[in-house]
Amino acid sequence: MITSAIIPRPLARLPWRLIFLVVGIAGFGLIVLYSAAGGSAQPWAIKQGIVFTFFLSLAIAMSWMSETTIKQISFPLYGVTLIMLIGVEVLGFVSKGAQRWLDLGPIRLQPSEFMKPAIVLTLARFYELVPAGEIRKWRAIWPAFVLLGVPAFLILVQPDLGTCIMVLLCGVTVMFLAGLPWWLFLAPAAAVAIAAPIAYGMMHGYQRKRIDTFLDPESDPLGAGYHIAQSKIAIGSGGIWGKGFLHGSQSHLDYLPEGHTDFVFATMAEEWGLAGGVLLILAFGAVIRWGMLVSANARTRFGQLAAAGLSATIFFYVSINLMMVMGLAPVVGVPLPLVSFGGSAVMTVMLCLGLLMALERQQRTVSRLA
Amino acid sequence: MKAIRLTAAHQSITFSRRMMLLGGAQSAVGALLIGRMGWLSVAQNQKYQLLSESNRVQLIPVPPRRGWIIDRNGKPIAINRSSFRVDIIPQQLEKDRDVIPQVAKLLALTDDDVARIRGELAETRGFRPVQVAENVSYEQYASVTVRLPDLPGVQATRGYSRYYPDGPAVAHLLGYVGTANAKEYEAEDKNPLLIIPGFKIGKQGLEKTLEPHLRGTPGGQRIEITARGKLVQELDPKPDRSGQTVQLTIDQGLQQYAARRMGDQSGALVAMDVATGDMLAFVSMPAFDPNSFSEGIGRTEWKMLSENDHIPLLNKVAQGLYPSGSTIKPAMALAFLKQGVDPKRRVVCRGGYQIGNRYFRCDAIHGSMDMRSAVERSCNTYFWATGLITDPAQTTEMVQYLGYGQEFDLPIPTQRYGTMPSPEWLAKKYHRKWQGYDSANTSIGQGYVLINPMQLAVMPARLAGGKLVQPRLLMRGPGKRVPNLDVDPAHLAIVRDAMTAVVNEHGTAVASKLPLDGIQMAGKTGTAQVFRLGERGHESNWALRDHALFIAFAPADKPRYAIGCIIEHGGFGASAAAPIVRDSMTYLFDKQKAYAALAPLEEQWGGTLAERNARQLAAFKSASRAKA
Repeated sequence: MITSAIIPRPLARLPWRLIFLVVGIAGFGLIVLYSAAGGSAQPWAIKQGIVFTFFLSLAIAMSWMSETTIKQISFPLYGVTLIMLIGVEVLGFVSKGAQRWLDLGPIRLQPSEFMKPAIVLTLARFYELVPAGEIRKWRAIWPAFVLLGVPAFLILVQPDLGTCIMVLLCGVTVMFLAGLPWWLFLAPAAAVAIAAPIAYGMMHGYQRKRIDTFLDPESDPLGAGYHIAQSKIAIGSGGIWGKGFLHGSQSHLDYLPEGHTDFVFATMAEEWGLAGGVLLILAFGAVIRWGMLVSANARTRFGQLAAAGLSATIFFYVSINLMMVMGLAPVVGVPLPLVSFGGSAVMTVMLCLGLLMALERQQRTVSRLA
Repeated sequence: MKAIRLTAAHQSITFSRRMMLLGGAQSAVGALLIGRMGWLSVAQNQKYQLLSESNRVQLIPVPPRRGWIIDRNGKPIAINRSSFRVDIIPQQLEKDRDVIPQVAKLLALTDDDVARIRGELAETRGFRPVQVAENVSYEQYASVTVRLPDLPGVQATRGYSRYYPDGPAVAHLLGYVGTANAKEYEAEDKNPLLIIPGFKIGKQGLEKTLEPHLRGTPGGQRIEITARGKLVQELDPKPDRSGQTVQLTIDQGLQQYAARRMGDQSGALVAMDVATGDMLAFVSMPAFDPNSFSEGIGRTEWKMLSENDHIPLLNKVAQGLYPSGSTIKPAMALAFLKQGVDPKRRVVCRGGYQIGNRYFRCDAIHGSMDMRSAVERSCNTYFWATGLITDPAQTTEMVQYLGYGQEFDLPIPTQRYGTMPSPEWLAKKYHRKWQGYDSANTSIGQGYVLINPMQLAVMPARLAGGKLVQPRLLMRGPGKRVPNLDVDPAHLAIVRDAMTAVVNEHGTAVASKLPLDGIQMAGKTGTAQVFRLGERGHESNWALRDHALFIAFAPADKPRYAIGCIIEHGGFGASAAAPIVRDSMTYLFDKQKAYAALAPLEEQWGGTLAERNARQLAAFKSASRAKA
C-alpha cells in the first residue's frame, strides 16, 4: 500500500505489491510470447497484452465488491455456470461432437473455467452456513459432494481431464480447510490407488496414451511422448542462464510443440535458463502467498475459506502446468496462467485475484474501522 | 451453546493448522519444481544440450570421391570422371508448378524415366534429392543450368562417376560399382551415405573386396532445419576425405594386350612374376564393359551378355575350373625324380598302354621315350608306365605342392580352387582305393583333376623360380621373403630343360618360339578333353571341342615371368593357347614386336576389342528390335 499525498486515495489503497507482481509475471510472459513468435509481437504478444490489460482492469474493478455481495452471488454464479455446463453438453450432443465452449457472438465462453472460482465460493459459502458443531456430520458432507461431483463429472465427459482435476482439487482444498474429518481425505486417496487401474480402463484412448507415455516417455519419443521429450530437451538445454533471448532453437525451429500455450514455460526456460525459471516460480509463489495471507487474516469463515480456495486455484494452475512440462505429471492440458497464450486462464486467474483483492480490501476497511 | 462455542474455537484451530499444512505442502511442491528444474538444466544439461543440437542440425552427407586403382607402374586402371547429373530436391519444389515435363524435354527423358521420378518423388521425404538423370552430356547439363531460375527444386550438379579406361580388359579383375541395394543398405545399418543419389559401392571383384579402402569418409553439409524440415541456414560444412589409392601388381599394358590378343575366344590368362608372385595379368575373356555396368546397364546389353555362350559374366580366372590336361606333366616329372626315378629310364610308346583290363591310347606312337622327350613330345605312355612304379600319394602331393588344387589368399570375392586328387582324398570322397587307372588319369591331368587359371600360372612360376611363390594382387610394401621349393635344384633343372625343349626343339609348341634374340620361352601344352575321354574332339561343334591350355616361363635360362593360359574349346593347346602366351610373353620383353603381331590379327577379326564390342552390341540391339 502506497501512502502519498500526490496519489489519490482510491489508487493508493490498491494492493500495489500484488499488482506489480502480476504485471511483472504477465509482462515477462509477453516477452516470452514475443520470442515464441520468432521475435514478433504478432500474432500472440499484442493480443495477449490486450486480454491481460482488460482482465487486470476487471480484477481491479472487482476489488471494490463487498464480501456481502460476493457471498450473495456465490450460489447464483454456481447455478448459472452449472446450467452453462449442461448447455455445452446438450449442444455437443446435438451437434454430435465434443464441445467445451459456448459461442456467444464475439466471445467464446468456457463454462468450465468459471467453475473453478465458482466451486470455491459455493463451498466456502456452504461451510459458512454449516454450524460449527455439525461439521463432522453426514449433513455437512454429502451436499458438498454433490456440489463438487456434478460439475466435475460434466467437465470430465466434455472431455477435459485437466480442468476436471483442477475443479476437484480446488473443491477438496476448501473442504479440507473447512475441517471435514481426516478419513474423508485419506480413504479416497486409498480408494484412488485401488481404483486407478479401473479408471484407466475407462479412459479415452488419447488420455490413456498420455498416461502411458507419462509413465514411460521414452517408449514413444516421436509419438505421444514427443511433447514431454521435447519440453525436457528445451528446459534441460537451457542450462543455468539460458540460450539467450530469441536464441531458443527448440521453440524457434518448432521442435517444441505448443510452445506458446501449454509448454510456454519450456520456451521461457530454454532462453532464460534456470535463473528465469526460478524467478518465475518464486513470483508465482509470492502471489499465492499473498492470497494465503488474505485467507489467514480473514475475519469471516467465508473469507477464510474463499481466499484459501482461490489461492489454491492459482497454485494448482501453476503447479500442474509446471509438473506437466517438466515430466512430473501427465500432459493434461493445463496452461500456465498469465504466461501461456489464451484468454481463459487469464480470465480465471484474474477473477480469482479480483475476488482476493476484494476480500483483502474488506479486511483493511474492517481493521480500519476497528 | 457452550459446546458450540468450544467447537467454533476448535474449528478456528483446525483451520489454522490445516492452513499451515496446506502452505507447507505448497512450498514443498514449489521446492520440488525448482529442484526438478535444477536437475534438468544443471545436472543433465549436457545430455539435453546434445539432444537439442541434434534436433537443430542435420547432416547431409557429401559423398567422398572413390579411391583410384592403379597398376604396378602407377598407370590408372580405375578412375573417377567428372560427370553431370540432375536431381530434384522435393523440399524446394513449388506446389502448383510441375517442372518435370520441362526437365524431361531438356534431358530427352523417356516416359519410363518420368514415371520413375514421379514415383520416387511421391515416396521421398525431407531433403533427400531424387535423381532425374546421371551422366548427362555437358550440353544437356548446360541447358538445364541456364534455366534453373525457371525450374525451382531442380538441381544440376557436377559429380564423379567411375571410369575404367581399359573397359572389358579389366572387368573381371576389378568388377564394377553400382548403387547399393536394399540388402546392402540394411547390412550397413542403414548408412545414409548409401542412399545418396549417384553414390556407388563396389559390387564385384576388387571394387567389392577393396571397398573399405576405396570408399573414403563422407563429409557433410550441416544445415539448420525446423521440425517441419524447412531450411533455416547452412552451417560450416565438414570436409569429406577421398578413398585411398590402391596399387595393384597388375601391369596395365600386359593386361590390356592379353585381353586384346585373346580375340573373340573364351578363356583366361594369368601372368606372374616368378620371384615375387606378383600377378601381372589377370584376364578373363570375353568380358562385359564395367563402365556400362557402373552406370546401370541397359536391359538389352544385359540380355546380350547373359545369352552369350562364351559366358562373359563369369570370372574364369577365379571361378573357371578345367582339367589341367598335359600341363600337369612337368610337375609329374618332378615328382618322379624326387622318388628316385632315373631321368634316363626309357619307356617304349607303342601308341598306348594296358592298365588292368583297360587300354589307354596315346596321341601317337612315340617310340622309346626318356623323361625329357616324354615331356617335350607329351607322351602319355611314359607317364602311365612311370606312374605305376611310383607312389601315387607322393606324386599327387608334389603336384598339389606346386599349386594345382590350391586356394590362394587373394582379395577376390569368390575363388573356386578345384581338385588335385590323391589316394587319401579319393578314400574320403568316394570311399574307394586308388587304382592304377587313377594314376593314369591323374598323370595326364584328366579324371578328377580340376584347376583354375591362377594355378595354371602358379605352377610354372614355382617350377621356374624354384621358390614357393604365392600369387598376390596388391602392391603393399615389399613382399615377404619367399622360401625355396623343397626339391633338389638338379631335378628342377631337368624339368626346366624338358620344358625348354617343348618350345624350342622338337616339342609340341615349337610353333610358339619367342621372336626375340637370346630369350627363349619354356612351356608345356595341354589339351583337356571336354566331351569324352579317349576321343579327341575336333568336332565342328564349338561346345564339344577340347580346351586348349599352355603354361610357360621365360627367359628359359633365367626365368622372370610365368604365364598360364586356357582357351575354352580351343582344340590343341599348341594351336590355340600357346600363340597367345607367346605374344603376351613377347610383350613383356618387346612391346613393339608384340603389337606388330597383334595388328594383323585384329585386322582379320575386324577391329580392336572396343570396336568389336560396340559393333556386337549394335547388332544385338537391332536384332532384338527386329524380333520385337
